[in-house]
Amino acid sequence: MGSSLNHALGSLRTTRVWRSIFRHGAANTDRGRSLAIFGNLMLHWLPVKVREKSLRVRATYYLGSLSLMLFVILVVTGVLLMFYYHPSTPTAYSDMKDLRFVVSNGVLLRNMHRVAAHLMVLLVFCHMVHVFYRGGYKPPHEFNWVVGVVLLLLTLFLSYTGYLLPWDQLAFWAITVGTNIISAVPIFGNELRFVALGGHAVGENTLLRFYVLHVVILPLLAILFIAVHMWRVQKDGGLTVGSKDDDRQN
Amino acid sequence: MSDNKVNPGKTIVDAKGEVSRREFLDGITLGALGVAGLGAAAITYQFFSPNVLFELPTTFRAGSPDLYPVNSVTFLQGQQVYIVRTEAGFYAVSAVCTHLGCITQWKPEANMIVCPCHGSKFQPDGKKIDGPAPRSQPHYAINLTADGELQVDKQQIIKADQILKA
Repeated sequence: MGSSLNHALGSLRTTRVWRSIFRHGAANTDRGRSLAIFGNLMLHWLPVKVREKSLRVRATYYLGSLSLMLFVILVVTGVLLMFYYHPSTPTAYSDMKDLRFVVSNGVLLRNMHRVAAHLMVLLVFCHMVHVFYRGGYKPPHEFNWVVGVVLLLLTLFLSYTGYLLPWDQLAFWAITVGTNIISAVPIFGNELRFVALGGHAVGENTLLRFYVLHVVILPLLAILFIAVHMWRVQKDGGLTVGSKDDDRQN
Repeated sequence: MSDNKVNPGKTIVDAKGEVSRREFLDGITLGALGVAGLGAAAITYQFFSPNVLFELPTTFRAGSPDLYPVNSVTFLQGQQVYIVRTEAGFYAVSAVCTHLGCITQWKPEANMIVCPCHGSKFQPDGKKIDGPAPRSQPHYAINLTADGELQVDKQQIIKADQILKA
């Protein structure tokens, strides 16, 4: 199977359409491999060279990659959930109930989204703690540490804005309590809460505001910062590896 | 086995005709990913097919026959159906144009049904006078209920000469 697959790929590479997309030839020389990396947006995120040490489980426990995978799962399941959810107070709660009891596989997608969201908060936090104890914030990684802190905050805001969308008692009072915390900000705390809620209490405006933040603004910011974060990992010389990361320690 | 040492990735079978470990694992992995991908596509397709619809029922009551005078065409807005009464009896004609689904209009002064979108013309019995509509308007099954009301079933298309005797 392998050789026929390779043969099919080989003849595919000679077609005009393929050559218009991937202008470099097969990546079977050092030059070809470099061109493949530099000419491809996705591969551009990946380092040209990786230290074997940084691939060991102990080096990262794959916490960052797992967080990214959870983010991808959340985007896919979240987009699917959007097809049955109306962000308005008369329908939000019943749409959520429909997803659980009426829509085919709705309960699977909703629970995937819920569980992945909880796990992502946990893993992003573990990722930060792990990077901190390994000294991953030290030069030349200081900027990427800051980007990581922004990503932690974005993860928490995504989690918090999604919390209101089921529009049940838990959601309503959690957002009531949470936005009351905003009013503790000195001087313009009450104004800040008024703008966040779109009123003096959690209501129709709040649901729509949190929905737009949850499905458009925060995910776009997260994608932007994730892209920068991953790109900086290789620009800063790969993952932090210490002298401890040798074979004996694994 | 010497082939495997020189180029381990490129050999499907070694000298003994056996599948190499790498090829076996590649195949298993691709197969598992393929099964998972097909399953995900099937589940997503199911998800996109609604189980509950908030649409009007296709069988509906159109009230007492006395509501419709002889030689009249009455448009029922919600159901998008014309109830036509002639001297011979009743029939129900679809108001949805057979061309591209616009709602036609009854023009009593011209004694014809006209589509506002692309100008198709029909007789009151739904027969096509002028295109671009490809076909005449279909007739729906119409009958009397036990308590004497008209009932139309839009799922059931009948021939144009089947008329409910008044």
